[in-house]
Amino acid sequence: MLRIRCPYCQEARSEEEFSHAGEAHIPRPANPDASSDAQWGEYLHLRRNPRGPHREMWVHTAGCRRYFNVLRDTVNYEILATYAMGERPADEPEEGAL
Amino acid sequence: MSGQVRRLASGGRINRDRGLRFTFDGRVLEGYAGDTLASALLANGVDVVGRSFKYARPRGIVGHGAEEPNAIVQLGSAAASVPNLRATQVELYDGLEARSTGAPVFQRAVGRLGRFLPAGFYYKTFMGSAPLWMASEPLLRHAAGFGRAPTGADPDTYDRMNRHCDVLVVGAGPAGLSAALEAARSGARVLLADEQAEFGGSLLAETRPLGVDGATNWVDKTIGELASRANVELLPRSTVSGFYDHNFLTIVERRTDHLGLVSPNATRERLHRVRADQVVLATGAIERPLVFANNDLPGVMLATSVGTYVNRYAVVPGETLLLFTTNDQAYRTALDWRRAGREVCAIVDVREAPGGELVAAAREAGIEVIAGHVVIEAIGRGRVARAVIAPLNASGDALDGPTRRLSCNLIACSGGWNPTLHLGSQTGVRPRWSEDAAAFLPGDLGVRALCTGAVTGTGSLRACLEEGALAGATAASRTGFGSGRTTFAAPVIDEPRGTPARPLYLVPHARPVSRAPKQFVDYQLDVTAADIELAAREGYKSVEHVKRYTALGFGTDQGKLGNVNGVAILARALGKTIAETGTTMFRPSYTPATFGTIAGRDVGEFFDPERHTPMHTWHESKGAAWENVGRWKRPWYYPRAGETMQQAVNRECLAARDGVAILDASTLGKIDIQGADAAEFLDRIYTIGFRRLGVGRCRYGLMLREDGTIFDDGVTARLAENRYLMHTTTGNAEAVFAWLELWHQTEWPDLDVHFTSVTDHWATAALVGPRSREVLAKVGADIDLSRDAFRFMDVREGEVAGFPARVFRISFSGELSFEVNVPAQHGRGLWDALIDAGSEFGITPYGTETMHVLRAEKGFIIVGQDTDGSMTPADMGMDWAVRRNKPFGFIGDRSLVLSDHQRADRPQLVGLASADGDTVLPEGGQLVDDPKPPPPVPMAGHVTSSYYSARLSRPIALGMVKGGSKRIGETVYCPLADGRILAGTIVDPVFYDPEGERQNV
Amino acid sequence: MQKYSLFSLVRHARRHHEGWQRAWRDPAPKKAYDTVIVGGGGHGLATAYYLAKVHGVTDVAVVEKGWLGGGNTGRNTTIVRSNYLRDESSHLYEFSLKLWEGLSRELNFNVMFSPRGVLNLGHTLQDMRDIERRVNANRLNGIDGEVLDTAEVQKLVPAMNCSPDSRYPVLGASWQPRGGIARHDAVAWGYARAADAQGIDLLQNTEVTGIRMQNGKVSGVETSRGFIAARRVGCVAAGNSGVLAAMAGFRLPIESRPLQALVSEPLKPCLDTVVMSNAVHCYISQADKGDLVIGAGTDAYNGYGQRGSFPVIEHTLQAVCELFPAFSRVRMNRHWGGIVDICPDACPIIGGTPVAGLYFNCGWGTGGFKATPGSGYVFADTLANERPHPLAAPFSLKRFETGALVDEHGAAGVAH
Repeated sequence: MLRIRCPYCQEARSEEEFSHAGEAHIPRPANPDASSDAQWGEYLHLRRNPRGPHREMWVHTAGCRRYFNVLRDTVNYEILATYAMGERPADEPEEGAL
Repeated sequence: MSGQVRRLASGGRINRDRGLRFTFDGRVLEGYAGDTLASALLANGVDVVGRSFKYARPRGIVGHGAEEPNAIVQLGSAAASVPNLRATQVELYDGLEARSTGAPVFQRAVGRLGRFLPAGFYYKTFMGSAPLWMASEPLLRHAAGFGRAPTGADPDTYDRMNRHCDVLVVGAGPAGLSAALEAARSGARVLLADEQAEFGGSLLAETRPLGVDGATNWVDKTIGELASRANVELLPRSTVSGFYDHNFLTIVERRTDHLGLVSPNATRERLHRVRADQVVLATGAIERPLVFANNDLPGVMLATSVGTYVNRYAVVPGETLLLFTTNDQAYRTALDWRRAGREVCAIVDVREAPGGELVAAAREAGIEVIAGHVVIEAIGRGRVARAVIAPLNASGDALDGPTRRLSCNLIACSGGWNPTLHLGSQTGVRPRWSEDAAAFLPGDLGVRALCTGAVTGTGSLRACLEEGALAGATAASRTGFGSGRTTFAAPVIDEPRGTPARPLYLVPHARPVSRAPKQFVDYQLDVTAADIELAAREGYKSVEHVKRYTALGFGTDQGKLGNVNGVAILARALGKTIAETGTTMFRPSYTPATFGTIAGRDVGEFFDPERHTPMHTWHESKGAAWENVGRWKRPWYYPRAGETMQQAVNRECLAARDGVAILDASTLGKIDIQGADAAEFLDRIYTIGFRRLGVGRCRYGLMLREDGTIFDDGVTARLAENRYLMHTTTGNAEAVFAWLELWHQTEWPDLDVHFTSVTDHWATAALVGPRSREVLAKVGADIDLSRDAFRFMDVREGEVAGFPARVFRISFSGELSFEVNVPAQHGRGLWDALIDAGSEFGITPYGTETMHVLRAEKGFIIVGQDTDGSMTPADMGMDWAVRRNKPFGFIGDRSLVLSDHQRADRPQLVGLASADGDTVLPEGGQLVDDPKPPPPVPMAGHVTSSYYSARLSRPIALGMVKGGSKRIGETVYCPLADGRILAGTIVDPVFYDPEGERQNV
Repeated sequence: MQKYSLFSLVRHARRHHEGWQRAWRDPAPKKAYDTVIVGGGGHGLATAYYLAKVHGVTDVAVVEKGWLGGGNTGRNTTIVRSNYLRDESSHLYEFSLKLWEGLSRELNFNVMFSPRGVLNLGHTLQDMRDIERRVNANRLNGIDGEVLDTAEVQKLVPAMNCSPDSRYPVLGASWQPRGGIARHDAVAWGYARAADAQGIDLLQNTEVTGIRMQNGKVSGVETSRGFIAARRVGCVAAGNSGVLAAMAGFRLPIESRPLQALVSEPLKPCLDTVVMSNAVHCYISQADKGDLVIGAGTDAYNGYGQRGSFPVIEHTLQAVCELFPAFSRVRMNRHWGGIVDICPDACPIIGGTPVAGLYFNCGWGTGGFKATPGSGYVFADTLANERPHPLAAPFSLKRFETGALVDEHGAAGVAH
């Protein structure tokens, strides 16, 4: 069971307090009507799904109820960073891995 | 107690003042407090404790702990029965009833066909005849299953406890105790868990003194110090069963199993859910058996186990011992045996020139040491009577001389040690083979866990104590306690030097493996060396394939005894090294864990909490039938004496249409939305617009997922310029709330808007029917209730029946309706007042079924019933609720114009009139245009909602029909399972009051 | 191929089983093949088998990074059924079920398909509406099924708590008698042996590290044992599909998540059918070895670790104890995880990709095992003819652009 540090509460808590909320940093097209069916389908459905470091969103459901970003390795499940919405972590891992 | 023919007159850690009676397979036997079931059985001279599962061979006790493969027993019977316990881990209590889980009669017959049943035989036959396979399969299942599932609900309860500690020490043997002691002295919070009732592990059977103390005195002193410290918690009878990510571990504590079958006064077991900063694995090692012909005969045991029974339980499991060993340590067993006054026929030592103090001691004691020899076969009926020995060649793969026979009735084996590395392996870290240790050792567990003692391959007791202390200090210092240096002074222990061990994984026989008598590797699943060689011969080369093909290690012991021998035999067959062959991974649980313990208290009444409205007890008192809606209990209908459900629903429906009726609508989700951008936010979330909604007005909205499908619906009211109250469906309240938060926080954090879930702040009574206004007037409301002052879709605040209230003039029935909301604590008061005031108008409570009929008569959809997650607003004929020209758009808008969503033949909402005017179409019925052709029959749609309408005196239904909106008047057919075919006419989905006049009266 | 039979068992027993031949070869990779299948699980091996058997394409290599059947094939709860809701999926799964019914004979390998019936329980009125809808659709599609009431369910499963007083009472169930379970490893081995006998090379311990392309067309795969050229490449790698797609420069609508399962200790027969419940959320059957095989839920996060979080196991056993209060004292022997590739509509992706000659068969989520024969059959046909098999056509990647999703969340609701 994962232990996740909420960047708002500044506390590491058990996974049971949180909910996973999908891949992070997928901006909604600013003007959906201007995107083609293919672009829209990509936004809706296509995912990186990497093996290794992965940026994802979690929400502190049973805590502050705020969404935040987690950089987590999907193979060994180690959490490399957690950071607030709208931020990027200071220590960027290798882009190739992402 | 004369039955205990193999009990020594003195010694052991048993309490001879407390004799205990128990039964085994119906025989009444006696033992002592401090015995395990296994030690008591051995004391009573019980040789055969079960039959093997494939060949039905007699089996006896082999080990003394978690490794025991054979002595699998069932305790008790009926509901409190427990299947598949290892007798070696069952503490004896008075009145214990145990049965072997032996094979049924037919299986013994099958057992005689053993030679036709090599590994994987079942893959090679029964292919031709499915019926023959289906007939055989239950028999297989019967033979393979060990114990029986209990036959009633569990009489016991279980609980869970979350724990946090700095250092969790797993195992209270020598290394674990010194680790715990050292960590505790540093001030760290220490948790020490051990599966046995008594701490001490191997020390409990240790005959050497530790310094000035006896070993058990040292244990007592150490535990005394640990127990005296406030920063230490001791968990005996507690098995660390799982080691998970981020140092989360599970511990199964058996609290009352030693007292009886049913817990006398406490929870039977407790699951400790531990988050440990550091974990010290001091899990020890399990002796490796030796693989020789007929090595499964009762009377073949592990050497350590024999020593443990002698020293700890004062039991001698035989008369004449033959020790068969690859190493020095096992000599202690022969010496202990001799000390107990029993005969040692010989020590058969694989090594060509064993030397050193222990060997010398054995020789001094007059024991014959037969070096460079092996036991190739055990002989006996039901128990070992003789051993066949022969010299071993230099490379260890063939015999090197003639055989001879020795008489003995106990063969104690030691093939070295298998570190108990299961927990480390569970974390995904692969064990690595060490040629030096001749064992798999734990892999690198990183910086949050370390292994110490015998699990790392350490053999010497003193080294275990010292390494344990260092591990304890290191773990503590990693959590910020102490310097990492030890203060521990290891006691002086007699550590005789000797000759290195000579590993041997398969004892050669005079005949090749395929023709020798069975040489068992995995006792529990009857896997032999020949099976493993066969698997390799057939191309199953991966260790995983061999495991799965032969079932090696699949037993309830997870291969604690057999795995390493099996891997080594496979390696030899493949011509590879053991390191190249590798091992399989271990999974939780270390030893089997009770379902109930893992489930904890969240069963029965606590399985899923019920949500009750403030009016719940009133509904109960009226005998309401209930419907589960999400977690809520909602009245389904209120049957009166002698009424059928249909009669009750008809009555409730007519009351709502003709007079006045009342519905508890408290369960609808309610979200208070405030902020300068609340209107903008709602515009983006809903398909319809909210900017221009006047204060005090309500509007119906559809909420879509981003893929354009309908997610939720409900009425939202504007309470003030920057304040809205959103209603959601009952089942979706939490999901919608999370949905709003998601979009606000991740996409539009700049919008000034806040949400609060207020679902259970309010109780809601929906007063429905042409006379509802009169009831409201009578109960007293300081709101102008007149038709023009309080219009349809208005919301007003005021007092109703003396309670502060919000009243919505909204309607899910098509009738004049007032939904009265009061703070939850006044819900019952309001309800009582309304019922009171309504009595003269015949006010009738109604439930969800009537609610459904009323809305269906009006063609109103229910999200989740008429929609299924694939429907768009257009599919439901609800384009009127969609404004595609809003400045920002809304969630899901782009998807509405995807090509597939524009198809004319998509299923669309229609009304369905049963053609005979009489038969209610079944909900879930499939609709076809032509019921005649054989399958697959093209389907036109399905029935989503269907009722008898008392108001219309005929059945009505809603359904989804492909292109249905253009097919009004056409006939579709609904074929039923019983062969009948119903016909229905496609009609407009609004069956009643199509102009919507009734809600405005 | 050495024929297996009762007779051959007896004959070999007389020779102490020394004469059994290997089930498949362990060949060195050739430099080039007509077709390379990436993934040596049940689906990949079945694809290879049908390529040879039905289409005569035998210049095929199956490239497997570990051991045959070592992924989800060997980690699932072995439920086989075809009672899906939508026409598209039920046709595909029914096609597969029909293959299951003759598979042991076809492969001359007992895959232990045991059609003991599958119950999908209904606990709410809406569950029962959905069950009616699904069973009616199945019947019209020629798939066996009926709706049972509580008493009929209780008769089939005496150990189940069917009390009206339970939290979510059993209101009824759908019943597919032809559904059941099979022996998971045997399916992989049976296909492997039969494919090998057709001359197909099974390359174990060979990891694909890259997909080589020229002018938008696939030309082969880079592997840990060197480059292997191929005219066509079919990827059947379940949870690892996203990684392979990334090698070819595109993304898939797939998220790979842990899906957990557990087994009890072996018991005497106590459960004769497969029981699945969405609302109480568990599925359970008793394997031939006597252990209860229990499927847990999917973890919410992406993970390739073949393990998930413990609360999923807790919730599953709470559900089991709720449905089967007598199993509370039974003990869990082991639990483990697989990696499931989950599509937005809980349906697979079968067909071409943006790269010519490169085909994917993935996204089976929790439905993969039961689809094994059918999936292999239609994918082989798709590869051989370089166009989707009619049963595979609705499951193209294109549907994520057009919106033509085949929503099976209802029928696939509980992982199985």
